[in-house]
Amino acid sequence: MSASLAAVSYLGATILFILSLGGLSSPETARRGNLYGIIGMALAVVATVFGPRVTSGGIGWIVMALVVGGGIGFYAAKVVKMTQMPELVALMHSLVGLAACLVGYASYVDTSVEFTGVEKAIHEVEIYVGILIGAVTFSGSLIAFGKLSGKIGGKPLLLPGRHFLNLGLLLIVIWFGRAFLNAHDVASGMTPLIVMTVISLIFGVHMVMAIGGADMPVVVSMLNSYSGWAAAATGFMLSNDLLIVTGALVGSSGAILSYIMCNAMNRNFISVIAGGFGSGAPKPAAAASAEPQGEVTPVSAEETAEMLREAKNVIIVPGYGMAVAQAQHTVCEITRHLREKGVNVRFGIHPVAGRMPGHMNVLLAEAKVPYDIVLEMDEINEDFGDTDVSMVIGANDIVNPAAQEDPSSPIAGMPVLEVWKARNSIVMKRSMASGYAGVDNPLFYKENNRMLFGDARKMLDEVLGALVKH
Amino acid sequence: MPQTIGVPRECYAGEKRVATVPDVVEKLIKLGFAVAVESGAGDAANFSDDSYRAAGAQVVEGAAALWSAADIVFKVRPPTMDEVALMRAGQALIGYVWPAQNPDLMQALAARNVTVLAIDSLPRTLSRAQKMDALTSQAGVSGYRAVVEAANAFGRFFNGQITAAGKVPPAKVFIAGAGVAGLAAIGTAAGLGAIVRANDTRAEVADQVVSLGGEFVKVNYEEEGSGGGGYAKVMSEGFQAAQREMYAQQAREVDIIITTALIPGKPAPRLITADMVKSMKPGSVIVDMAAEQGGNCELTVPGEAVVRHGVTIVGYTDLVSRLAKQSSTLYATNLFRLAEELCKTKDGQINVNMEDEAIRGLTVIKEGSITWPPPPPKQVAAPPKPAAKPAAAAEKKSAHGGSSEPLPASSLAIVFGIGAVAFWFVGAFAPATFLSHFTVFVLACFVGYMVVWNVTPSLHTPLMSVTNAISSIICIGALVQIAPPEMGGMRPDGLIRWLAVAGIALTAINMFGGFAVTRRMLAMFQK
Repeated sequence: MSASLAAVSYLGATILFILSLGGLSSPETARRGNLYGIIGMALAVVATVFGPRVTSGGIGWIVMALVVGGGIGFYAAKVVKMTQMPELVALMHSLVGLAACLVGYASYVDTSVEFTGVEKAIHEVEIYVGILIGAVTFSGSLIAFGKLSGKIGGKPLLLPGRHFLNLGLLLIVIWFGRAFLNAHDVASGMTPLIVMTVISLIFGVHMVMAIGGADMPVVVSMLNSYSGWAAAATGFMLSNDLLIVTGALVGSSGAILSYIMCNAMNRNFISVIAGGFGSGAPKPAAAASAEPQGEVTPVSAEETAEMLREAKNVIIVPGYGMAVAQAQHTVCEITRHLREKGVNVRFGIHPVAGRMPGHMNVLLAEAKVPYDIVLEMDEINEDFGDTDVSMVIGANDIVNPAAQEDPSSPIAGMPVLEVWKARNSIVMKRSMASGYAGVDNPLFYKENNRMLFGDARKMLDEVLGALVKH
Repeated sequence: MPQTIGVPRECYAGEKRVATVPDVVEKLIKLGFAVAVESGAGDAANFSDDSYRAAGAQVVEGAAALWSAADIVFKVRPPTMDEVALMRAGQALIGYVWPAQNPDLMQALAARNVTVLAIDSLPRTLSRAQKMDALTSQAGVSGYRAVVEAANAFGRFFNGQITAAGKVPPAKVFIAGAGVAGLAAIGTAAGLGAIVRANDTRAEVADQVVSLGGEFVKVNYEEEGSGGGGYAKVMSEGFQAAQREMYAQQAREVDIIITTALIPGKPAPRLITADMVKSMKPGSVIVDMAAEQGGNCELTVPGEAVVRHGVTIVGYTDLVSRLAKQSSTLYATNLFRLAEELCKTKDGQINVNMEDEAIRGLTVIKEGSITWPPPPPKQVAAPPKPAAKPAAAAEKKSAHGGSSEPLPASSLAIVFGIGAVAFWFVGAFAPATFLSHFTVFVLACFVGYMVVWNVTPSLHTPLMSVTNAISSIICIGALVQIAPPEMGGMRPDGLIRWLAVAGIALTAINMFGGFAVTRRMLAMFQK
């Protein structure tokens, strides 16, 4: 295959990747979008393997690596549970980061292509930055994986003076970057490079450790973005436009997702990355002034079933608790049952419900809830007034009226689902413990609110049983 | 000495209702009243004199005897002048009066020095008054009966059926006006299995139409038709044109039209023209419930069922009398509830308390002086809707605020400023080869930005997994390092090869796993 043919194939692959992302604009076209992505990737790999930059001696190695990696990938994709999607995605981000590091090192020790002057400096900066982003992505994603899978506690780890610590690490990285650029040969440049890699790894760990569980959607999409930038940096390093374009696509996609998630929490991207929730001064004051008044009214599963049966309009608001309890199938059964009875059941999804963007949508889709009754917050928030029963399953902060009513609340201004505007709301919860943000929820004390205490799965099973019985 | 409630036989031609029924007689007696019923009063509604007697009422022969025995007279139709002549000072009359339409009657009654409570003048917007609202109860009956009359005149089933003898399509029924009668007709027709459509100038009744199993047909014109007090008002010219068009279309499509459009104190609006009747399928039926006020249909003959252009037009004005037992029972209950309000002490004495808003509205003549119309009600129960909808729509922010809202000019200027400095820096120092890559990079960022904003939020997880799979394009970087053509120069082949093989294997996990899991997820999304 000639160099031109390979270049044209790369162009084709680029277009296919763009179409792939564009296809995700609706569920109907999404499957085709995925197919475009597969074709684009196949085209790119084939064009490279049979292109001018790879000699026949490498093909055996390539096939071996692809078979081993592909086998593992297929296996993982097959066995993963939908509730574990955030973990899987985080783990995969770490692989991209690690691969970017490896390619960076390989490129550095490869002296077959000679650079001089400014070009050499730029090439080395590209390597340095590429490895840096790759290493941060790698370690950060591993920690995110650990947090999402529960192997590491979800609480943010806030070291004293952590901002100065980060700043110090950054200065060290820049210092060694200078040493790296001034190095005359590969051997003397290797030390700064390795030191920088270690610091980047530490930086990635520290950054994600400082971020708490509910901010995970931001972190996951941010790491998604990093893995794209890592690919783009590698593209600069190797002067490969396909890598640059693809990396930029992925990078901006992840960045936009992070932005959407931050908006949905009414928080600043910087403050999420800097870590901790309400770590500023106002928290204790707010807790004192916003002590909700009133009593909570518990209900039984049978009463819940009765309320649902008598309702005409029901909106279900799922949260991370539904994912933890694996209750999506029971929720779907209840939905199907009520819909057969003519009840208009819909779902209201908060953008940050769950642990990654779109997490709830995937879980509900897995349980075969039709996607046209699963609505976004903006689409459904106005409808709560006409709703008879809103049912909150394992969500807390995203339905907290304090965000609108109490300006001193740490979550003030965050857009929330206005479940309390329904005639009745039912909150399923294990106990009266406050949500991740540590803010008490006045919703629980509202007169039209009922609490259904217990494990979401068990309680929903009972509700379903009571519904079917009648 | 308890007061006596007198119930005369209705003398209006064709009127079959009676103002009280035996069940209610018992309740009135429990309130402390004595009840006298004219012999034969309930015959037309299938209540015999004996049944009244068994309930404790005294049966009186002849109207004159009844009127002289009664302290309070319960009637249905407004009294005739003969009946007014039978009244004596201090008597009370409760029944339909229609003071606005019958000024002479009002004068005659006032001259007799009596108290008159007009059940048609009840302030209907008071929720407390609903139990006494005879207009509602009677309209419900006539709405039901209108459908029954339509079914009687219509040559087919209402419900669709698939029988051994073939498929029967369901009848299509259009109901003009979704007031009480219209809503009752919707419910009844839907209950029989017809496809029911309905229209009303008051947009707020759309939900009620749907709740009864009907479909609300909108007029393609913006105007709010609530005239206060739960009635419709006269609409503008533009609206009426759009409405005519809609009616013409419905006339062509449906089998049965039931019209209920009334505007208080005015002749009924002409909704169905002769041309529309012509356009209907032969065998279709129109039931014009406004026949008494002139009819909603041009070809209606009040009081009769006629066939015009192959369409049966039912203009009966006595729909409630055609269901006399039911309508009498409901009417009697309405009057009983009113009696309860008038006699809170349960001692058989009525007290017309003009401080009570409901009773004030009902009382059109108090001891010979005309007290109609009443002062306007203290508060309107349903204030007209504020016209602030567009503002709310403007306030609604998209979650994708960044893409749709323009930045303020100052921050835009800062962004452009930073961008310009960065570009100058790159342009000043970077070599040409780098610049071409840089161009590609910046443009790709923009493409990504544009494309990703279109992704629907429900697909964010698949988006992440597919971008994750695509980011394994980094594989290309490893591929080109594994066995490049000889370029001269030093190259530690073994080390690079292992690094590259590891890189390929890692990205392959991502590539295959990412696409496979995305595929799996997307397959789950279904309508």
